[in-house]
This record gives sequence, structure tokens and C-alpha cells, in this order.
Amino acid sequence: MAYPDVRQTADRTAGNRLLPLRQRAVQADPDRPGTLASGHRACQGCGEALGARWVLDAAMRATGGRLVTVNATGCLEVFTTPYPETAWRVAWLHSLFGNAPAVASGVAAALRAQGRTDIRVVGQGGDGGTVDIGFGTLSGMFERDDDVLYVCYDNEAYMNTGVQRSGATPPAARTSTTPALGPAPGNPFGQGKDVPRIAMAHEVPYVATATVADPRDLERKVFRAMAFRGARYLHVLVPCPLGWGAAPHDTIHLARLAVQTGLFPLFEAEAGEVVAVTRLPGPKVPVAEYLRRQRRYAHLFAEPPRTDVIAAVQAIADRNIARYGLEVVPDA
Amino acid sequence: MRDQVEGSHAIARAVVRCRPQVVCAYPISPQTHIVEALAAAVRTGELAPCEFVNVESEFAALSVAIGASAAGSRAYTATSSQGLLFMAEALYNAAGLGLPIVMTVANRALGAPINIWNDHSDSMSQRDSGWVQLYAASNQHAADLHLLAFRLAEELSVPVMVCVDGFVLTHAFEAVDLPDAARVDRFLPAFRPRQVLDPEHPVSIGAMVGPDAFTEVRYLAHTTALRATDRIPALAAELASVLGRPVPAPLHPYRLAGAETVVVALGSVLGTVQDTVDELRQGGRKVGALGLTAFRPFPAAALRQALTGATRVVVLERAFTPGVGGIVTADLRAALADLDVSARTVVAGLGGRAVTRDSLRRVLTAAHEDALAPLTFLDLRRDLVASAERGA
Repeated sequence: MAYPDVRQTADRTAGNRLLPLRQRAVQADPDRPGTLASGHRACQGCGEALGARWVLDAAMRATGGRLVTVNATGCLEVFTTPYPETAWRVAWLHSLFGNAPAVASGVAAALRAQGRTDIRVVGQGGDGGTVDIGFGTLSGMFERDDDVLYVCYDNEAYMNTGVQRSGATPPAARTSTTPALGPAPGNPFGQGKDVPRIAMAHEVPYVATATVADPRDLERKVFRAMAFRGARYLHVLVPCPLGWGAAPHDTIHLARLAVQTGLFPLFEAEAGEVVAVTRLPGPKVPVAEYLRRQRRYAHLFAEPPRTDVIAAVQAIADRNIARYGLEVVPDA
Repeated sequence: MRDQVEGSHAIARAVVRCRPQVVCAYPISPQTHIVEALAAAVRTGELAPCEFVNVESEFAALSVAIGASAAGSRAYTATSSQGLLFMAEALYNAAGLGLPIVMTVANRALGAPINIWNDHSDSMSQRDSGWVQLYAASNQHAADLHLLAFRLAEELSVPVMVCVDGFVLTHAFEAVDLPDAARVDRFLPAFRPRQVLDPEHPVSIGAMVGPDAFTEVRYLAHTTALRATDRIPALAAELASVLGRPVPAPLHPYRLAGAETVVVALGSVLGTVQDTVDELRQGGRKVGALGLTAFRPFPAAALRQALTGATRVVVLERAFTPGVGGIVTADLRAALADLDVSARTVVAGLGGRAVTRDSLRRVLTAAHEDALAPLTFLDLRRDLVASAERGA
């Protein structure tokens, strides 16, 4: 199923409810699948719960409901399935922390052997399950080009276990294992993994990044991903109020700032090549605007402020902007 | 049809007859020939429909099998040694999820020191994982046990590992009778999963269970194991009638009538043990042998019955627990607690050391004369350990 050619003006709402049904975003449709039902136990303002519902509703719509989901251990698994309850209205399997991509490969192999390739497979996990402990199985799924869409909901640390540092934790961020202590407080610079680019290096059919600040962009990318066969990867930035030390009502705002600063570039890649980027909507926002709203960066704004560290984070944003060509070139 | 084949190929052919839909594997000696043969069977179309998935680790191999089984396909994999340990987390997971995966373990020692040869340290280390463990005494036995494994696994929704001595069996050529597909089909019906990932009837599999129900889930694992204890002899008898030859399980008794001293052993060493028993019987010593095909679940009642007339038991073990001794012996002692039977442990054949008839004759004679220590390391080279022991 093709994604509706939505021409709404507001990019800050789930969808314009005045539009004809066929042109609405999945989340603006009164008959949206509701794959992740309400009543689950996520924190207030949880970006991951939002991202998972939007991704899976879009995937359900794109496949006509013929979907199987494999979930890594983590917040998303814990807050959705405290036995005997479940929030999932989709065939859902949780095995372990580090094996969701391989389990998804197994489901896909079984469906192929059964001649049921109409049923599609989505694997999902947080950044810990994806970029760290599950990375080997993710890379294996990529290189075999198994027919799986794997979605990483990246909240940039191990939130489920109490905000420990992961390979996706950004430089300078305070976590419980990179405390804001000593001469170089927070997470070290020069470490970590850029998994979307690593996915591209596998030359899988489709790689995209998205955030929970733009549901229509996210939905469109899920639809695009489901139009391909083979291994696909979607990396979604999902702010975590608890781990980031941010207000629950700031989740969407922070995701948008991450894009507007250039810290989280939005792009799509096919077969290893970038085919589309989302340009910044205006002049780039200084990273300090993004950092100062999160207590995980509070040590940068103490007395004396660490302008050197803020400048180093700004350099990362500037490098992203240059690498992906994110700045709108003014008319001559 | 009887064929002179390598053990690995006999196993692979038996697995092909069981028609798994997903086979996944990561190579490790001495498991490799099994999965190579299966890869070929899938490529030629002999095994179809089947997806052969080349994975990047043993952890992934079992994880692929978990996904495939949960999606309703018969799933098979094989491993050995370090590979089994690398799977450990997924082993418990597959058992907890009740997924009827069948896996061949080509038994091999665990490092360090690294050693590719046979003993039972690998599978013994996973005895509490919730998997049924069957140990093959010969390549015929190994092939037959795979048929039994799939049937048992799917009847009870429990994973089964068939343990086959690495190299000693996997790489040995023997005449093996491989049943035709029609016979296997008579014994092994199509896989009907207990629950399945089906978009039409979505279920959540693998929920988080807290203190309010966790004990009950674990208790049910125990009752499933007890049901397996009952089903193994029944299925072995049924398979034997289909195949027209005995399929010894859960026990493999040999000359137990009137035996005062009984050797209990697992795996391929049983052949040498039986030859030694013959020899000792000729010399007038009342010795018998009891092969343990099923180690998990432990066939305690059957063992007690089989050993009721014995005075002493010698447990020949290809693994041990440091500082304690025999692993099988501990279970056996618990099973025989109310019988007046003494148990001795002989740790033998570690890391591929040959278990010879001469050595066996020596320890069994000593045991028969009540002159064997509670724990013996067979053929221990004192010259190699003397200086370290002095240093300690």
C-alpha cells in the first residue's frame, strides 16, 4: 500500500483531521491500527512508546495487517508485556536482549519456507539492544539481506536499567556510568557508533533516520521501507524524559531541536547511497539551545560554563550539516 | 537401507527425513560435516521446502531457530563445545518459551586449554537449561534418536539436544540403516505448534513474568520434564516397532542379569564398556553395563529398577565438576538413595583421550573387588601433574 500523498501544512500535529481520510496520516485516521494499545506502563512523555506506535501502525497499514514483530529486551518490552497483560495488537515475540535481529531472521526464514512471504517482519529494540549487545546479530541480518525491517528506537542510553552509557550515547552527556565528574565530565568524545552509516556500509536496500517530532516523515519512511524486500534499517530518535533529564512535554520539542541543530541528520539511503536528506527548516539552531534543556548536559552550563565542550558539540553538528548538505542554500 | 556412511552424514540424512523447514548453523569442529551435508541437501532440493541460514555465531544460530520455531516451522541446528556455551542464554530462552527445536551437539571438550576432541563437558554444562538431553551410543543410535527427538520435542513443546560424541561418532564410518521417508512419516507427523506467530490470531510470546507467576512457570517446566520421562520409553518402543530394531532409551541395559557390579556410561564409550563386560564375565566376574541414553530428564525410577539387584555402580563420566567429582554420579546417588548400592566415579576420556579396554578392565576389576577409590581419573599421567601438585 502506498503512503498517502499528504499535503498538510502543519508538521507539528499527528495529522490534519479536516483532510479526506485517504489523504490523512495513519495516526490521523480514526481507524488507525492501534498496534500498541493504551494502558501500557511507559513513563509520561516516553518517546519510545510514541515512536513504536507510529512505526508499527504505519507498518500494519503498509502490509494490510500481515505483520509479525520481534522485540529485543528493554523498556519497550518491559512496559508493554507485564504478564498476564499485553499492549500489543500484533503477533509479537520477545526472546532476548541481543538477538532480536537473528530471531526476526528466523521468523522471515520460516515464513519463506511456508510460502507466506506476504507476511512481513519488523524487528525492534532500543539503542542498547541495537548498537551494542545486538550489533553482531544485526550485522548478520544485514549482510544476509534477510527480509526484515529493523527499527532502533534510540534514546541514547540504557534507560531500562537506570540510564547507563551505551554506544549511542552522545559526547558530553551525563549518564550513570559517565557521571558529570572530573576534568572531562560526561561521555567521552570520539567514541560511539553511527549505526545508520554502518548499515549503509552493508549496502542494504534501505536505511533511514527519523524522529518522533515528525510523524508523517516517520510514517512515510516506514511505508518506503516496506516497499523493499531484504534487510532495511530505520533509526528513530526518541527522547527519554527520565534519562535526558527533560520535561515530559518537551519530548517532541527536543526531537525537533536535535534535527534543527544538525545533531540528528534526517536522511534516506538506498543500496548504500544517500538518496534524500531533510534540509534544516531555517538557519541552524545553536546546539546550546538543545543542550540546555536537558539535565544530562547541566554540567556544561554550570559556573564556569564549559564553552569549550559546547563548541565541540557544535562542531559535530556542523560536520553533520556539511556531510549531508542540510543547510538550505539562500537564493542568489 | 543399510549404508556405510560417516556418522555426521547418517545424522544429516536422518534430519533430512524429518523435514525441518529451517536449518541454521555456524561452523565448529566436529559439527561441520553434519551441517555441510544439510546445506547440500537443501541446495539439491532433496530437503524442500527448507531455508538454510548461514549465521554469524552460535548465539545467532539458536536465535534464528527460536524465531523459526515460534513462526511455526520445524527448526534444527547443530553445534559443539564453545558454540554450545555461546548459545547458553538462548538455550534457556528456547526452553522457557517451549519451542520444540532439535539440536545435535557433537560433544567436545571446553577450553581453556583449547581442545577440539571429545568429552561431555559441553552438554553437561547445560544440563539445567530445560532441554532434553539424549546421548547416542553408536551412529545407528544417533540417527534413530533424531527421529525420536523431533517427535518428543513437538509432543511436549520442549527443545531436545541429541548428544553425539565428536569425532568418535561424527567422523566414524559405520553401517547405518536409514529409514525411508514413509516410515519416518508414520512416526513423525507434521509439526503442529502449540502457539504460533500468526497475524490473523496475534499473540504476545515472551512476556515479562514477575514473582506472582514465575514459580508456576518454572513448576510447569518441571512437570513437562516429568512427562518427557514417561514419553521417552513409550516413543522408543513405538519407533523400534516402526524401524524393526531396538532403539535403546532411556536406558541401554547390557548383561545386567545377576550383575553385582554395573558400569553406568553415556555415549560411544558404551561399546568398549560392553566388550570389557564380556571379558570380565568370561573371567567369572558378575559385571554388567547400563547405558544412559536420557540424561535430562534423569530416568531415576527406571535406573532404580534396573540397578535393584546390583551391589556397586561405577559411573564412567566424560566430564566432572572440579572440587566435587562426577556429575552423573550425583544424580545417580540421589536416585538410588534408598538402595544399598555403592557408587564410584571414574572420570575418563577427557579431551579425546582414548578409553581403552585395558584401562577399563583394570578399574572395573578393582571396583568389583571393592578396591576402587570413590573418585578416579582414568589413566592420569602423574608425571605431568607432579610438579604442579608439589608447587601447590
